[in-house]
Amino acid sequence: MNDPADKPARRYHPLLNLTLARVREFLREPEAVFWGYVFPLFLVVALGVAFRNRPVSSFRIAVEDGDQAESVAAALHRDPRFRAMVCDAQEGRLRLRTGRADAIIAVSGKSPTRYEYYFDPTRTESVLARNAADDFLQRAAGRRDPVEVRDQEVNEPGGRYIDFLVPGLIGMGLMGGGLWGVGFAVVEMRIRKLLKRYVATPMKRSHFLAALVVSRLLFTVTEVLLLLVFARVIFGVASQGSYLAIGLLILLGSLGFSGIGLLLASRARTIEAISGLINAAMLPMWIGSGIFFSTERFPEAVQPALMLLPLTPLIHAVRSTMLEGASLLSLGTDVAIVVAWGCLSFVLALRRFRWN
Amino acid sequence: MVPETMARDPDGGQRMMSLAIRCSDLRKTYPGKPPVEAVRGIDLAIEEGECFAVLGPNGAGKTTTIEILEGLLEPTSGDVEVLGMRWRHSAAAIRERIGISLQETRFSDKLTVREILTLFRSFYRSGLAPEEVIARVSLEDRADTWVKNLSGGQKQRLAVATALVGDPVLMFLDEPTTGLDPHSRRQLAQIILDCRRHGRTTLLTTHYMEEAERLCDRVAIVDHGRIIALGSPRELIARLGGDHVVEFSVQSPEAVQLPAEWWSGLPAVTGCRYEDGLVHLSVTEPHVVLPALLEWLAARQWHLASLTIRQASLDDVFISLTGRPFEPREAESR
Repeated sequence: MNDPADKPARRYHPLLNLTLARVREFLREPEAVFWGYVFPLFLVVALGVAFRNRPVSSFRIAVEDGDQAESVAAALHRDPRFRAMVCDAQEGRLRLRTGRADAIIAVSGKSPTRYEYYFDPTRTESVLARNAADDFLQRAAGRRDPVEVRDQEVNEPGGRYIDFLVPGLIGMGLMGGGLWGVGFAVVEMRIRKLLKRYVATPMKRSHFLAALVVSRLLFTVTEVLLLLVFARVIFGVASQGSYLAIGLLILLGSLGFSGIGLLLASRARTIEAISGLINAAMLPMWIGSGIFFSTERFPEAVQPALMLLPLTPLIHAVRSTMLEGASLLSLGTDVAIVVAWGCLSFVLALRRFRWN
Repeated sequence: MVPETMARDPDGGQRMMSLAIRCSDLRKTYPGKPPVEAVRGIDLAIEEGECFAVLGPNGAGKTTTIEILEGLLEPTSGDVEVLGMRWRHSAAAIRERIGISLQETRFSDKLTVREILTLFRSFYRSGLAPEEVIARVSLEDRADTWVKNLSGGQKQRLAVATALVGDPVLMFLDEPTTGLDPHSRRQLAQIILDCRRHGRTTLLTTHYMEEAERLCDRVAIVDHGRIIALGSPRELIARLGGDHVVEFSVQSPEAVQLPAEWWSGLPAVTGCRYEDGLVHLSVTEPHVVLPALLEWLAARQWHLASLTIRQASLDDVFISLTGRPFEPREAESR
């Protein structure tokens, strides 16, 4: 019954066919393409623009209404860094509290004049505004600095927020791609009874799992490449370290998170269950793995715990490579943690996996 | 039918004795409170080349049975042999030679018929070209259509095609026609007959009695996890004692009061019962019973409100065995 003209070798390689099926399904799903590829770029632009490193330029100073208020405000106006407004005490406090003023100056007395500053010591710009205004007013009043000062402005690629952010977004993409891309896909196939249908054929289970991982890798590499190229073209984000090292880290990260996705999906039988599991798994990493801000903001005591999450060392390694040009060898611990997560979750997933 | 039989048995009868499926005292109990005994001791011996139907109402244990035979479900106890092999030792070898269509599989919405069949073909060491299978199930004009744009019947034909693509000697089709419109059911019946012609052993489950009658060499009627009747449709119907059924109703309050047995006084009647206000008579010779019946009615001045004569069917077998109708008709058009 075999058709002799039906040459099986290439056309019928199961791994190739399973991978192709995943790729086709992905590309034919406009939403998947949008959330996978376009959305991260939006995120880069939005965050890159919102947190662009503008010189801390305009300090908004509220000058409390009084005899000399107008003249102080006028003096501040001469320096472009300040935007001064005169208002009464109550209005000033309200502005400070709601972030519409960075500091308040209350002027009292006449020779000697006294300035009273109201500012919020927990807000960087408030402290800066107070100091800058004081500095300016003191000089205007005739203060002479004993030491000569010269300012040199430095703003090189590598030190900006966007440079910090891109490695974080790469890590986030790897995490989301692995967990959602693999975890969700598996549970969906289980619900559709497609997993059961597959195991009713001679298909090798290893082929099926390999196809999941390989297709995920293809999507992720494309996604990350797009992100890197985009960040480079728009914001001039470049890596100080080797791109080969970054590529290797991306590969490990993608495999690791595919493994975790598989583990989460190994027994889940409903979309609700897998969504909950994935969200629960992602939440600590969203906050604690240094995607948007440095993990150093967390207390010293929790640092080791954060480093044990798979995303933290991954982002740390990518960031160190990109920003500091660190070599892979110096990132051994990071790499080891990511690899350990990957291996452990794959093994566990295979043991627990529910095919029917 | 003769050429079919020949094609089915090219070795001149030598293979007649080899069994495609054999199982004995198959049991499956699902744990729970209380535990559900889905299958309670089923024995089957299905010969190579046979088209065999497991028939029964919903919840009778058909799917559990077929999934145990397919190696997808572990039986609680009992012994299964498929193509002379056992799942425990030769799963890979069995899988290469069987084809399965599950009761409900939703293939990926955005893959085409051809892509899915090429994928399934790739799982088998040898098999049919996807194009050939597409032709077998008459989906040529839908070959490059996404699954989500197929009709229910086309999807079901695709499911059967995935079972065929490995060129199996043994096919399992779990409710291939359930929920389909009559036209689609006819198309699927054609595919199954075609498989039979190609000598494939086919085990199917269905709850359409007339389908089993038309397509299958033998049927096993299953109820509450047990086989309550086994044989060729003709044999089972013959066991009723009459292969015709006369159904009638009478416009007379007295007649309705009568016990069903009262009518067994008519000649050539082998059984009688009431159902839905109708009197059902199992009859060997309709031409004998009819004049007698009309005479009885005329003598009592009772008026005949309706009268039907038909061939006895497996439905009648089921009712005579269980005392209840097989399936509410509405359930068929889901």
